Amino acid sequence: MLSDKDRIFTNLYGQRDWHLPGALSRGDWDGTKELVLKGRDWIINEMKNSGLRGRGGAGFPTGLKWSFMPKESKQPCYLVVNADESEPGTCKDRDIIRHDPQKLIEGCLLASVAMGAHTAYIYIRGEFVNEAHRLNEAVQEAYAAGLIGKNACGSGYDFDLYVHRGAGAYICGEETALLESLEGRKGQPRLKPPFPANSGLYGCPTTVNNVESIAVAPTILRRGASWFAGIGRPKNEGTKVFCISGHVEKPCNVEEAMGIPLRELIETHAGGVRGGWDNLLAIIPGGSSVPCIPKSICDTVLMDFDALREVKSGLGTAAVIVMDKSTDIIKAIARLAKFYKHESCGQCTPCREGTGWMWRVMERMVKGHATVEEIDMLLEVSFEIEGHTICALGDAAAWPIQGLIRHFRPEMEKRILEYRASAPRAA
Amino acid sequence: MPKLTVNGIEVETPPGATVLQACQMAGVEVPHFCFHERLAIAGNCRMCLVEQEKASKPVASCAMPAADGMVIHTDSDKAKKARKGVMEFLLINHPLDCPICDQGGECDLQDQAMAYGFDRGRFEENKRAVKDKELGPLVKTSMNRCIHCTRCIRFATEIAGVEEMGATGRGESMEIGTYVEKALTSELSGNLVDVCPVGALTSKPFAFVARPWEMKKIESVDALDAVGSNIRIDARGSQVLRVLPRLNEDINEEWISDKTRFAIDGLSRRRLDRPFIRKDGKLVEVSWQDALETVASMMKRIPGERMAAVAGDLVDVEAMYALKALMGSFGSGNIDCRPVGVALDPSVRAGYLFNTTIAGIEQADACLLVGTNPRYEAALVNARIRKRYLKTGFKVAAVGPKLDATFPVEQLGEGPEAIDRWTETLKAAKNPMVIIGQGALARPDGAAILARVRKLAEETGMIREDWNGFNVLHTAAAQVGGLDLGFVPGKGGRDTAAILKGCEAGEIELVYLLGADEIDTSRLGKAFVVYQGHHGDAGAKRADVILPGAAYTEKDAIYVNTEGRPQLARRAVFPPGDAREDWKILRALSDMAGKKLPFDSLPQLRKQIVEAHPVIGAVDAVTPAAWGNFGKEGPVDPAAFVYPIEDFYRTDAIGRASPTMAECAAVKAGVAPGTPMGGKTGTHG
Repeated sequence: MLSDKDRIFTNLYGQRDWHLPGALSRGDWDGTKELVLKGRDWIINEMKNSGLRGRGGAGFPTGLKWSFMPKESKQPCYLVVNADESEPGTCKDRDIIRHDPQKLIEGCLLASVAMGAHTAYIYIRGEFVNEAHRLNEAVQEAYAAGLIGKNACGSGYDFDLYVHRGAGAYICGEETALLESLEGRKGQPRLKPPFPANSGLYGCPTTVNNVESIAVAPTILRRGASWFAGIGRPKNEGTKVFCISGHVEKPCNVEEAMGIPLRELIETHAGGVRGGWDNLLAIIPGGSSVPCIPKSICDTVLMDFDALREVKSGLGTAAVIVMDKSTDIIKAIARLAKFYKHESCGQCTPCREGTGWMWRVMERMVKGHATVEEIDMLLEVSFEIEGHTICALGDAAAWPIQGLIRHFRPEMEKRILEYRASAPRAA
Repeated sequence: MPKLTVNGIEVETPPGATVLQACQMAGVEVPHFCFHERLAIAGNCRMCLVEQEKASKPVASCAMPAADGMVIHTDSDKAKKARKGVMEFLLINHPLDCPICDQGGECDLQDQAMAYGFDRGRFEENKRAVKDKELGPLVKTSMNRCIHCTRCIRFATEIAGVEEMGATGRGESMEIGTYVEKALTSELSGNLVDVCPVGALTSKPFAFVARPWEMKKIESVDALDAVGSNIRIDARGSQVLRVLPRLNEDINEEWISDKTRFAIDGLSRRRLDRPFIRKDGKLVEVSWQDALETVASMMKRIPGERMAAVAGDLVDVEAMYALKALMGSFGSGNIDCRPVGVALDPSVRAGYLFNTTIAGIEQADACLLVGTNPRYEAALVNARIRKRYLKTGFKVAAVGPKLDATFPVEQLGEGPEAIDRWTETLKAAKNPMVIIGQGALARPDGAAILARVRKLAEETGMIREDWNGFNVLHTAAAQVGGLDLGFVPGKGGRDTAAILKGCEAGEIELVYLLGADEIDTSRLGKAFVVYQGHHGDAGAKRADVILPGAAYTEKDAIYVNTEGRPQLARRAVFPPGDAREDWKILRALSDMAGKKLPFDSLPQLRKQIVEAHPVIGAVDAVTPAAWGNFGKEGPVDPAAFVYPIEDFYRTDAIGRASPTMAECAAVKAGVAPGTPMGGKTGTHG
């Protein structure tokens, strides 16, 4: 279990003052000027050494991502912070913005220094109304204190930060769709290449980072890369905010070390599975888009990128959705299929057509009004979507269904046979 | 230059090429829908997925830049599986109504489904239903068939320059449309039918008319404006059913204007298909013999200087040559091919050509428009200017009333005094160009304005060994041909204005109108009027004798476009009824009038034309014209220019006879019969 002294988010539960004075008392903005003056190369190096992997789901090394920004650019460079947290089950960025906004703002400054950006945008989910108000207030406080703006922190570095509210589309959490939306267009992912680091916002070099990745950066830089790298397992270092929801006694957000056993995570922080561990059916370990894992895997699996990948799931945003034995797992996955059908942007064929198809078949599967062969067809359709789309939403739509069929096929077949037995037969 | 391997074949691609192009260079076909080489890359249909070694996922070849050392497989299991999956997705919500779809037989989806699809469907759910959209009188929609490739959106936004199409809704509810229902305002909207790879956008006038394999296809050129767009005429029996663009990078690329495409229903209406003679104020059908004898006897009786001839906008080179020869044999120099009296003369060829050439616009970096609105006068020249504008580093300014252009234009002023206001910009440009239009030339001081623009061109470095930036934009297909032939008043002869004055004064007794509907026929006085042409328009209404001729789709003929490029139109159908090809009529008339013209066949006639006017022999080529002194310096009237074309759709006898063009004009004017919205937008409640 992570000891309190190693926690980065010391006000994750909002028990203390979120305003600037409170944040200062918790050590935010401490020595930021010196960190800025150490320069971009030092910051990037430190981030690389810390082993921080992007907290938005894909797990790409953050320091490496920052290093892709051109050293010399005739165009302005931009940092864009992705606060469009819309993945079902995920609610960590929301609490960071609510209770520790100064960490994010300070991170924006340091990350911008690392990539030579003088302007940063925080694209916040449209539904986060109160959070957007609070973030705006926090930004104003930072401006008023001279922490950002012209000559930020007295370092001589000019830095502007804007908060932009989205209009309520899940797809705008995809980095290039987010940029399109930020530019005022319809949120549809762009083709890659070119990657945002070459041609991003307004065609300029841009890096898009998750809220958590940015918010942990100041603490990492202050306490040193080796401290952060000393937590967790190799290649999966550091701490992470886990969002535990579903059939647990006490759903919560909690900062823990990467690589903590899933069972320990749930039993220590969330009061255990409702009705005891043996009442567990399955867990979606990383937000709605990763495949679910049955209890047999949950017993032993560790919560980090590589361990979950080995069991054909993923850490994603570390949103742990717990389902006990009262759950109709087919119905649960059908609901997710509906979500992805609704949130597909419609730009590219496999996702536009395939998500609707899968959802409709899933709805029949819930009732059992299908044939056993259609399970194979459904799996095949999910593979026809996966990897064939412009962005990762196609994969995200396919994986839950693949996970379901991989682990709960007997359940689906049983449902079909039961339906057949009960349904009036045509003469 | 990147070198890559496609299916084991090594290819070297030019820098900036995509994997799809590399595959094509290797002779490997990659199916695609959304990719169109003249539009921005969208990469959304996913049909062109190929396997790239060392990449975890299949890549969209249309969007992936070719890089050195790439190894591409287009027929591996992975690539095949990806394609098959995409094809299945495209078809699950497609209505599969090919038997009643106008795209049938020329549908990319149909063809590629044959090559890459399953032989049966697995989709057991209900298909999506999408409301059809109203896009005006030219483009018919059937949105159930749409595969969301967004080619139409990109065409409208990029090429046509009207941001009127887009996608609304998300996921499977995404719909292509105009959001508020209204007709497209582009002159190029018909091309949407061509860019749509499926049957979602089809031609409204052509709906349910014919199947592509039933028609014979003739490669020809358009004569409804001076661009000379290359077209393919699809005809069945005696009727022209459809006109499609034919690729010509130098002229129209692969687009044509809506007039070129849709005015053809005017070809079967108001036709002159019999010779007529006016008896007691009424036109009476007669035989060719009677009609020709009547004209011949008049011509024999009247002295040459009391005869005159005017050629109209749609006339071919052969007919003008024959008429000029005939008039010459009677000693008449009263001939003119400039019915609206533009101040151009044949003395210096560079003085009446679009010297930069249409393709040359892409090399220019500043363009001054003088008394011309290319959008209506030559929609494809306009499209080329927009294409140049999109590449940035290009400025356009206009002298004349405010333009509704598809690119930003600096308005310098409305009249001739503004011509010199942009001299510094033109001087600073590397390749400056000026386009002078009929709005500046068809006025009494036209020659003075021409001289002034010539001087401007000389002073601003437009006239160089390697660059000629002086351009005249014509509106009539016949104009350059007529000037090349010298179909202008001979020594002491009268031009159009003088002919009309002569008619009024009774000094001209016989006027031969060769398709000339553009003159003011009320001023023909008591003259005996012979009208040779194909449509019952203004000229025929006043005629004493009508000799029915052939339209541009009904004869083998030469047209010279505004660049000075002679091109061959070919006969797609026979002229209706007793109508005949125009040169033949003139040849027969000359025989009866006792001045037999010295040719018996089209090859003989063309041989004589080319001998007399070698530039016309260089078919399909632009012969660079030598610079010289043209125009006439003199006082200039400060009055504002008036653009020659008000109604884009009805500029000539064919367009005026076309119900489709009438509907387009009505929609544009805001009174649209036949459209459900009555020309109003969705916001009218």
